[in-house]
Amino acid sequence: MIKILKYSFYDLMRSRWSYVYFLFYLLLGLVLLFLNNDLSKAVITLMNVIIILVPLIGTIFGVMYYYNSKEFTELLLAQPVKRSSIFLGQYLGVSLSLAMSLVIGLGLPFIFYGIFNSDAIGNFSLLLITGALLTLIFTALAFVIALTNDNKIKGFGYAILLWLFLAVIYDGIFLMSLVFFEDYPLDKFSLITTMLNPIDLSRVLILLKMDISALLGYTGAVFQKFFGTNLGIILSSLMLILWVSIPLFLIKRISGRKDF
Amino acid sequence: MRSPVFILILFLLCFHFGWGRTIEVCSSCEHQTVNAAIEKASAFDTIVVKKGIYKEFNLHITKPLSIIGEDYPVIDGENKGEIITIEADSVSVEGLKIVNVGTSYTTDYAAVRVVKSENFLIKNVQLERLFFGIYLEKSRNGKVLNNTILGDAVEEFSSGNGIQLWYCNNVEVIGNSIKKVRDGIYLEFSDDILIKDNTSQDNLRYGLHFMFSNNDIYENNTFENNGAGVAVMFSKFITMEGNTFRKNWGTASFGLLLKEINDSEIKNNKFEENTVGINIEGSNRINYTDNDFRNNGWAIKVRGACYTNIFTKNNFFNNSFDISYNSKLNDNRFDRNYWSSYTGYDLNKDGIGDVPYRPVKLFSYIVNRTPETIILLRSLFIDIIDFSEKVSPVFTPDNLMDENPLLKPISHDFN
Repeated sequence: MIKILKYSFYDLMRSRWSYVYFLFYLLLGLVLLFLNNDLSKAVITLMNVIIILVPLIGTIFGVMYYYNSKEFTELLLAQPVKRSSIFLGQYLGVSLSLAMSLVIGLGLPFIFYGIFNSDAIGNFSLLLITGALLTLIFTALAFVIALTNDNKIKGFGYAILLWLFLAVIYDGIFLMSLVFFEDYPLDKFSLITTMLNPIDLSRVLILLKMDISALLGYTGAVFQKFFGTNLGIILSSLMLILWVSIPLFLIKRISGRKDF
Repeated sequence: MRSPVFILILFLLCFHFGWGRTIEVCSSCEHQTVNAAIEKASAFDTIVVKKGIYKEFNLHITKPLSIIGEDYPVIDGENKGEIITIEADSVSVEGLKIVNVGTSYTTDYAAVRVVKSENFLIKNVQLERLFFGIYLEKSRNGKVLNNTILGDAVEEFSSGNGIQLWYCNNVEVIGNSIKKVRDGIYLEFSDDILIKDNTSQDNLRYGLHFMFSNNDIYENNTFENNGAGVAVMFSKFITMEGNTFRKNWGTASFGLLLKEINDSEIKNNKFEENTVGINIEGSNRINYTDNDFRNNGWAIKVRGACYTNIFTKNNFFNNSFDISYNSKLNDNRFDRNYWSSYTGYDLNKDGIGDVPYRPVKLFSYIVNRTPETIILLRSLFIDIIDFSEKVSPVFTPDNLMDENPLLKPISHDFN
């Protein structure tokens, strides 16, 4: 598995897309810091980008990689290698290289800017960690989708739909239900609903760390109380890890049973 | 024989009432305590307190006196009670440092209290470790100038106000600096008060608190980092000019709270980094002109029952929400403001955007209705619905808009 991981990783490292992705984040970080000299504000703007773009790129890249390397995968399958190690190796190769582009691309400008001497270091590392986790989650989901759909168009369609659902539609349904049930106590409901969606969960986790959390008022206080406790932190990290491990389990199961 | 005595008496009388004597207080003087000097003094005398530490409290001044400190002598109340009580007209207190006012849950002990007096002057006094600072009750025509008040308030219930005016008239409060008390400046039933050039910061509750007080002016003050901000309630004909409201940041904080304020002027003020810049409730006929709103959570939150307010020539920079409104009814006018989030164009280059600006976002309307939805702040979905509402307003009041949004910020003349 390590060999396949290495192979995929180096293969991607050499590919143009990783560089483009890396350069994009590098440029984004530089421009943001250049435009507003305030580190913590730059972190907020970055959050907006990360929450939307990282899942999108993770999904599309994952699906694309799977379909592109399909022939090579079939070749590998003919060798005496465990199926799960082929796919998990590929998955880890893709997701780790994406996460690395993100962390290094964003990290470099901020390090040069002096993030280590600033108070924003905690927020910034939280941002990078959630960004990396979101990459892991959405690449895994993309692999699951690609494995279950041999038709490329369908696969891409489902992948985009998944992203659209978690990034936009989910919030829409969430908002509608909050407005519809406004006469009832909604604290627990909104907590649970937020926990269930990795994008919302990362957004709220980052928001609560920022000054902007004062805007959240009473609801924010409820969230702060929950996420401030050890239980809250453990539960939310558990939730994110669960979002990685369930698709991984599915990859293993589906790849084991699939007839190539 | 008779006439020299008469002349002497006349002379002494003149000395007494016309020019007054000067009595010195120090450890080696005839009078070693301020209290002894006050008892000995006759009306219109001047008591000069030399540098030193005087452990005294309950100093009652019942005749017109001037008490002047040299090099800030310290009057230490040792937390026993009230320190100076003025119950006479034309009393002035200058240059003292008063520390350790007693804390009580039944009596409002103050460092300096003025009761039913006129023409008083409290100047250059430094107060530290206090309960109430300067407490004016039922007094008129006085001045409170350039005092420094530094409290150590921790809890609202066990702390007092910096400068408190209760049933006062025509008082000037100028150039004071107030920190870490409950309310920086508190006014109740006080009319024709001028509050100017004061700094009120780090207070537990309000920087300035205003109740049932009419015809007052406050200008060029700075209110910073107070627990809740500045509250102006149940008053009429107030002028607020050139003040700075900064960093009143917290879940229940605001820069300025207006409740039941009518016929007032709010001009040339700066609101920076407050959770809510101005929170307006039940306030009518107020003109908001030439104000700057910068980096606030909400620049203006209109809570209802607000009619005929006019907002012109204000700058709105980078606020998370410009205006929040909780009803579809609108009787307030927005005209010729600069909005940093305005995206229209100006074809005829007259500096006024050709497309009206709608300052109320759909999301702020929804948040007003269902506060829990704020948790979706900065979600992509919210940006999308905000955009679609901007294109065709359905929920927000459709006549609530700035017909003439400016393309460039107005540079105000802040002194």
